[in-house]
Amino acid sequence: MDHFTFVQFVYLLKGLGWTLVLSALSFVLGSVGGFGVMLARVSRFGVVRAIAAVFIQGIQGIPLLVLLFIVYFGVGIFGIDVPPLAAAGIALMVYVSAFLGEIWRGSVESIEKIQWEAAECLGLSRWQSLILVVIPQAVRLSLPATVGFLVQVLKSTSLASVVGFVELTRAGQIINNSLFQPFLVFALVGGFYFLLCYPLSKWSRAMERKLNVSRR
Amino acid sequence: MRYTFDFSGLAPYWQMFLDGAITTLELTLASTVFGLILGILCAIGRRGSRRWLSGLCGVYIETVRNTPFLVQIFIFYFGLSSLGYTMPAAVAAVITMVINVGAYSAEIIRAGMDAVPPGQVEAAECLGLSRPRIYWHVVMLPAFEKVYPSITSQFVLMMLMSSVTSQISAEELTGAANNIQSITFLSLETYIVVAGLYLVLAVILKALFWLGGTLLFRRRRVVARAARAASAGPRDDARRKTPPSATARRSAA
Repeated sequence: MDHFTFVQFVYLLKGLGWTLVLSALSFVLGSVGGFGVMLARVSRFGVVRAIAAVFIQGIQGIPLLVLLFIVYFGVGIFGIDVPPLAAAGIALMVYVSAFLGEIWRGSVESIEKIQWEAAECLGLSRWQSLILVVIPQAVRLSLPATVGFLVQVLKSTSLASVVGFVELTRAGQIINNSLFQPFLVFALVGGFYFLLCYPLSKWSRAMERKLNVSRR
Repeated sequence: MRYTFDFSGLAPYWQMFLDGAITTLELTLASTVFGLILGILCAIGRRGSRRWLSGLCGVYIETVRNTPFLVQIFIFYFGLSSLGYTMPAAVAAVITMVINVGAYSAEIIRAGMDAVPPGQVEAAECLGLSRPRIYWHVVMLPAFEKVYPSITSQFVLMMLMSSVTSQISAEELTGAANNIQSITFLSLETYIVVAGLYLVLAVILKALFWLGGTLLFRRRRVVARAARAASAGPRDDARRKTPPSATARRSAA
């Protein structure tokens, strides 16, 4: 039986790199989508709000794993050979945009109505008051939850391993298949995730505490 | 390229879908009950005065919350089997889910208990309540009521997360889907059906938790009744009857 050596460690590090790439990709794309979902959720038109609400409830009621399979096989039927990174990226983007849209809607709606009215009195259009007045305040409120969700995204990328994308978890599985030392390998994989997620969790909680203190 | 959906090809397999959905519900039920117990115990331990116990609970909570469920289940299932402790996939799935959801609910419950104003505990002490009664009536129950929405949505998330246990070949809904699509080759249709089933399960679960909440917490029923009375005829006496809790909370703040 082989032993765990530097070669395997480097392979895990490469997987870690792909985990970071996938997380960044899905978080950035998901932020763009989430911003759109948030805009739709606070729209003046009831139909748009309803569509966005159905989208959010729908995505939040489906496991990410199933969503991944649907995207993976769904793009596949067009006869295109989907690279696993693209399939995982699209699925995660949809998933992230639903959750971020909901988080951001909450913080935009928690800004008092008076702010909107004051902006209107200053002659700002609805769009201007949203961008210039409401969102800058809402960002501060939403930051802890957003960073907390980033942790969620980082952990969720582990599911991309099931469509064959070689990120950290998949790299661990491959190494384990040749060494069969699951405890060592997966504990190491878990340790890497912990090193990534724990500082973010701490940061999120510290921000939350600060917000609560300043609000009191 | 055109693709024609063929959902009728899945019809003969409805029994497998149903069995999978039932297994998913069973997994969820077991992990809800035991996860809640574990979470409450951990929250109490985390807040307690014993440093080592508090530290231990903290390490457990942080470790579980900052690693993916998939990796946890691999460590538990493959790791333990490499040490000679083999178990059926369903058992490993339940235990890992309990460990996972226990950490999340511990954190939620702890936050709820921390949010109880110290003045209320002091007031209860002044009234001569015994320590266990203070803990139960003044800290535990109000905290639980306050965090009930977030803790139940955590359990709905857990139900969705149970799909991951298909990766150690637990025969729940996603596992059933994997089997069906490898028989029929109707992969896309299978997963669309499964997504719909999960949606239905999530809606049912949310409705059940909402119902449980109104049955469990008398305050909610009173507030709802008062709101109904207020909307029926906004008379002065009706308004005065509305939430007695609201005034209590205001004076406590």
